[in-house]
Amino acid sequence: MSICVANISKSYKNVKALQDISFNVKVGELFGIIGPDGAGKTTLFRILTTLLFADNGRATVSGWDVVSDYKNIRKSVGYMPGRFSLYQDLTVEENLQFFATIFGTTIEENYDLIKDIYVQIEPFKDRRAGKLSGGMKQKLALCCALIHKPKVLFLDEPTTGVDPVSRKEFWEMLKRLQQKNITILVSTPYMDEAALCDRIALIQDGKILEIDTPEAIVKHYPKPIYNVSANNMYKLINSLNAYQYIHSVYPFGEFVHYTDKRAEFNAVELKLYLESKNLSNIRIEKTVATIEDTFMELAK
Amino acid sequence: MSIHNVIQVEGLTKKFGDFTAVNAISFKVEKGEIFGFLGANGAGKTTAMKMLIGISIPSSGKATVAGFDVFTHAESIKKSIGYMSQKFALYDDLTVKENITFFGGIYGLSRKRIRQKSAVLIEELGLEKVANKLVGALPLGWKQKLSFSVSMIHDPKIVFLDEPTGGVDPITRRQFWEMIYKAANQGITVFVTTHYMDEAEYCDRVSIMVNGKIEALDTPKKLKEQFKVANMNDVFLKLARG
Repeated sequence: MSICVANISKSYKNVKALQDISFNVKVGELFGIIGPDGAGKTTLFRILTTLLFADNGRATVSGWDVVSDYKNIRKSVGYMPGRFSLYQDLTVEENLQFFATIFGTTIEENYDLIKDIYVQIEPFKDRRAGKLSGGMKQKLALCCALIHKPKVLFLDEPTTGVDPVSRKEFWEMLKRLQQKNITILVSTPYMDEAALCDRIALIQDGKILEIDTPEAIVKHYPKPIYNVSANNMYKLINSLNAYQYIHSVYPFGEFVHYTDKRAEFNAVELKLYLESKNLSNIRIEKTVATIEDTFMELAK
Repeated sequence: MSIHNVIQVEGLTKKFGDFTAVNAISFKVEKGEIFGFLGANGAGKTTAMKMLIGISIPSSGKATVAGFDVFTHAESIKKSIGYMSQKFALYDDLTVKENITFFGGIYGLSRKRIRQKSAVLIEELGLEKVANKLVGALPLGWKQKLSFSVSMIHDPKIVFLDEPTGGVDPITRRQFWEMIYKAANQGITVFVTTHYMDEAEYCDRVSIMVNGKIEALDTPKKLKEQFKVANMNDVFLKLARG
């Protein structure tokens, strides 16, 4: 195992940030911690990167204990915090040089690991880090986290606030790194990114809701789920919320995802009901659950 | 201009030195419309939005917001619009009630009106139990919903929302959109930016900015047809990746 987390808990005053968290990550696995702001993701990352003590429980990274062997962990992991934490006054190249030196290595020694990413920011190597665009900062931070060839990479919300194009490119980079046998623990509030991980833990309010492969998590969704659309979205949502057999209703892009309380759902009956509410162009079709549906069902 | 267009923009441009951040954009937004303003990081969305809310003077072009000219009547614009963003929302070290009173005061509402608004707003959001708690102690999703309501405390014609749901949990994110629908249904125009492409589908019309220009503008349905893809995420990827 690359990362072992056993019964970790952490509280700040009266806020329970993490409650009895346990999971294991295999060597070379891309493992996602999926949850909204305030779920406890950053607290977990800080405990695993030896920057914070847990109140209870044990954790190891590459076989080392996060408390007693913290020095070994610091040498062998890469950490990209959620907030941009490089030196804004140093240039791109100086930042990279600095991190290489700190870890007793050189840019040349591990260049092949960062090459794919670094070539994209190399044209700006003399620019100060503070003057880079969001996407470029993110790439530089990833290079700095990789320059000492870590065994485990911790990425805390690397794509938050990043547009869909840059997000897609970032995940393509992660997939390539994974092939070099680096274990990656990554957190994100974007549920669509969960599908790109080998396994994920859904987390909310400091508790793990479920751990599995993205495919299995979607299969566990307990009910048939339907796409419903009509001429007026606002009226549709209100009408569905007032329907006597509703289990859940959530807007999903151009549709509403609807689930029914009963074992036998009657589409004709629902259509008649919606028509009685003066809605038109009504469509009701069976669809498949997404990670986000599962998350909302578990978090309800 | 037509009385139905609450935002009317023609050839609006902003230059910083040699760099053209916003390059001659043109569009109209109707009353009660939910208008999605999308683009990659650095495409010029924030610069364009700053011109529309009256805090940045354009280099050239024309624009009226709520009937006022952005060049000559920026102060009148500020009074007729609401604005919220993820970065600037409410004061963490004021309570829920104090924040409402503060923003009500800023917009020149009478004390009586603030009291009425405050009671309605707290009830609608179900915040009775935390009305006297510091905003900093509330979960992000609650804060964002409160912030949205506060941005409309002076009954603006238009509300500008800059990435209002970033990092918010999926259930609250949807409750937030139900509030947007409700506002639009009451005739308030909603101008919104987001990085969630499922939210782009919730908009009546969507514009996509690439390198300072608006490269696409239509209903989500027509954009998907135009680019022959299944969802807005793919529309975005096709356009912004070139």
